[in-house]
Parts: sequence; C-alpha cells; structure tokens
Amino acid sequence: MTIILRYSMREAIRRRVFLVVLVLSVGFLMLYALGVDRAFNATGNFSDTAERAGVEATTVAGAFMLGLSMFATLFLGVVLGSFLTLGAIRGDAERGLLQPLVVRPIGRTTLLLARYAGAALTAAFYVVGMFLLAAAITKAIGGWWPDRVVEPALELAGAAGVVTALAVLGSVLLGTTANGITVFMLFGAGLVGGLLGQIGRVLGSPTLKHVATGVSWALPFEALYQDALAAITANSGGATGFLIRLGPFGGAHAGGVAILVWSAGYTALVCLAAVRLFASTDL
Amino acid sequence: MALALSARGLVKRYGAVSALDGVDVEVGSGQLVGLLGPNGAGKSTLVKIACGLVRQNIGTAEVCGVPAGSRAARAQTGYLAELFRFPGWASADEVLELHQRLSGSNGAERERSELLDLVGLLDAADTRVEAMSKGMQQRLGIAQALVGTPRLLLLDEPTSALDPVGRRTVRELLEQLRGRGVAVLLNSHLLSEVELVCDHVVILAKGKVAAAGRPADLARPKGVEVETDNGTRLIPAAGRDEVPRIVADLVARGERVYGVRVLRSDLEDVYLEAVGDQSS
Repeated sequence: MTIILRYSMREAIRRRVFLVVLVLSVGFLMLYALGVDRAFNATGNFSDTAERAGVEATTVAGAFMLGLSMFATLFLGVVLGSFLTLGAIRGDAERGLLQPLVVRPIGRTTLLLARYAGAALTAAFYVVGMFLLAAAITKAIGGWWPDRVVEPALELAGAAGVVTALAVLGSVLLGTTANGITVFMLFGAGLVGGLLGQIGRVLGSPTLKHVATGVSWALPFEALYQDALAAITANSGGATGFLIRLGPFGGAHAGGVAILVWSAGYTALVCLAAVRLFASTDL
Repeated sequence: MALALSARGLVKRYGAVSALDGVDVEVGSGQLVGLLGPNGAGKSTLVKIACGLVRQNIGTAEVCGVPAGSRAARAQTGYLAELFRFPGWASADEVLELHQRLSGSNGAERERSELLDLVGLLDAADTRVEAMSKGMQQRLGIAQALVGTPRLLLLDEPTSALDPVGRRTVRELLEQLRGRGVAVLLNSHLLSEVELVCDHVVILAKGKVAAAGRPADLARPKGVEVETDNGTRLIPAAGRDEVPRIVADLVARGERVYGVRVLRSDLEDVYLEAVGDQSS
C-alpha cells in the first residue's frame, strides 16, 4: 500500500498540485486575516451596546469568522481529496493508466484503498492545518480562541474523508466528469440540508428538522461539519450562544458520539462497496 | 511442468454480445503463440482474461497451473495492453521502478538498465514519458511487461505504434525471450509479423477458434509453377511429390524446363479462409 501512497504523493508533487494548493491557501489566509481584522474592528464600535444586551461581541465575531473559514476549509479539503480520486478507477482505466498497475500482484483492493488513503490523508492534513492557522489568525488579530480545537479539527478532516470515500466509490461507477458532478452535487445537497436544519431549529419546524436529520445520516460529512461548528462555541450559552446559532456558521446541531461512530462506519461501508464493485468490474 | 497458459471452454458475454464462445488455447513454456482475428473476434478479451482484467462467464483459464487473475498468476505474468498510458510526469526509469515494486522484483537498477537497453531506451532512462514519442512509449511498455522476469508474456498489439525498425527490434526481442523459456501470447493484426516469429497460431472469428496450428501446418499446397521455353504455367492440383513426374513429362515432350516452384498458401490465405467475409 505504501508503494501506491508514495506514487500518489509523487504524482501530486510533480503535477504541482501541492504548490498550487499552497499558493492559493496563502491567498485565502491573507484574505481571511483581512476579513477578521475588519470584523473585529467593526465589532469594537458596538461592543458596549452588545454587552448591555448580554452578548459577547468578540465571541460572536470570532465564531462567525472562524465558522466561515471552516466552511471554506472544508470545501477546499473536499476539492483536494475529491480531485485526487475522481478518476481513480474508471477514469484511469479509460485513459489506460490503470491496467498496467492492476495486473501486478498488488491487487485491486490494495490499489483502491491506497488511492483512498493517499487522498483522504492529504485532505485531512490540509484541513487540520488550515483550521489551526485560521484559529491562530483569529486569536492573533481578534484575541478570540475557540472553546475546542482538536475535536472540530478532526471532525472537519473526517468530513473531507467521507466525501473522498464517496468520490472513490463514484470513480468505480462513473467517468471522471460524471463523478465530479455527482460528488459536488452531493456535497452541496448535504450543506443545504444542514442549513435547512438550522433554519428549522430556529423556527421550530419539525419537518425541516427531520429533513436535516435524514440528510445528516445519509451524508454524515454534513453532520460532522455541524458538530465541528458547534464545538468551537461549545461553552457559549445565553444570548451569545443564541445569536451565534442563528447565523449560517452557528452549528446549531451537535451530533454527538453517535454521528462520529456512524461516520466511521459509513466511510468503511462506502470503501467496502467500492472494493466489492471494483473486484467485479471488467477493465 | 504446467502450461504457461491453459484456457478451456472460455465464454465471455457482454450483455447480449458473445465476445468468446467456447475458446480453448494453450501456450507452453518458451512457446510463441500468435493470436489473429478481425476486430471484435475476442482476441483482447482472451488476453484480458489471461491477465485477470476480465472475468470469464464460463470455462477455466490457468497461468502456470494457478487460476488466471489470482495473485500467484499475476506474479508470473507480464502484460502490455493495446491501449495503455504511463503517467507523463514519470521518467522511464521511474515507471520501471514502480513496476518493480508492484511486482516484488528485486532486480533493482541492474534489471531496469537491462530492460531499457533491451528495448533501446537506455539513453532515455531519465526522459519523462510526456516527452517520449509514441514509439518510445510502446517500447517502454514492452520493458515494463518484462519487469520481474515473467513466465508468461501477454502482448496486445505490441508493434502497433512502431516503425519498421522498431518492429524488427521487437521480433528479435521475442526470439530472445523464446530462447529464455518465456511463453508469449502475441495478439497482432500484422500477419507477416506473426508468421515470422510465432511457433503456433490461433485464429479467432466471432469468439470461436476458426483455425489453429503451426503456420507451416496451416499452409496448404497451391500447385506447382513451372517455367519452360513455352512460358510459365501453373498446375493447380499438383504437390511437391509430383514435381519429378511433371518435369519428366515436359522434357519428354521436348520442352526445356528452366525452373519449378512448389506453391503453398501463406498465413494471409489461411487467415482469409478462416475468418471468411468478416470485415474488421
């Protein structure tokens, strides 16, 4: 498996994937730093009013900005993990890249799992790194630090891993373009489901809450993302907590241990399905 | 010793289409078998079953006594696909190194150098695939198939992108491999190439074996051509054994005989007869 992992990494380096990602990420972090600076400056203008209303303006601004960065980080991590695997099987087979590898003793299962592991680990390291950098920028500029750090970082990494697993499964069934469309539509559907859930909880709508819960179980990356958002303000309650959870990056719903277990099982099931399908696919 | 490849009663269907319909093929150690047939005859499907890329619906395929496609079989097999590509970012040496690792070969740099030398790419060891011509990539593909010293080599149109010199290099390479005891199943459209190097020929048509045997055995007498002072004439029904009698008769009639040629059908005739009017 390490052979394929190293091969995938070498490919990403040679194709300048990491270089492009690095340059664009630096750009993103610079923009984020500018946004955080402006947000905290603006917050300073009405912090006294907010305090009288029982709202910690710094916490609201910090949580909103870090939540925004988490959304962007997850999106970029998903792009990275997915694009490394969208054409892993059918796409590579159509281009004639896969056959010379599959006929070697290494076997299909190892090949597929190694491709998944390489992409998922790359996305995970990226997401964790970006989250920590964004948190550090928020702290340095605005003086706000999330209530929890490790848990949301790992959950974001897990969310990227779930989407990458779906991309690998899709790569067995679909060509590269069709798979890319499918994966990003699923990703979008998951995020929309989460937003609907947030609206439903604020409005007290059982229907929207049920829809969001269903989406969370069907596409658990969204639940992990929501859980991660909830974790960064886990200790915030009262008016501050209410205000944060009203926003699009509020993480109104904490999934708890069940969603973590389900996400791990879900990823394993998706990978297993990909392995089984690949094993019976004629190339 | 087990056959390098033994396929019995292979049937492969893609939906309603039968790619193979009860095919039997054997390739012994050191034997060079040519696989011929029009497009869609099932040649590539047979090769793919032998290397485990495609699973047959019915029948058995074994490589060196173990089921084709199994890990043990793959360890004994070298394969060059008809349509293949290596990553453009990798150099020739890196492609071979990757395949050495995947096949568990411990040949290290020496094996890579030998293989690149064998296919005339030693000077291009550090050249990236994306900078290589199609012919160079084809030769690299052949080198890749030989990584790990396989006992069975499956070559699907190995000379399709090569110029005449490249084809000759491959022919010489195949003869060398035969000398080393490597079994080769060569799928090719080039009848002359197959006729030149193969010990045995299998002609597939519509998923069935239409003809099989040694090229010399498949050829049939086409008559005797005699050149006399009255011109050249063809005696269609005659064979080699009748030449002395024919010459004696002509001389007895006062004709002067300048040359006699026994005609036999070549592989092209055999092929066209076997596949009938199937156009490719």
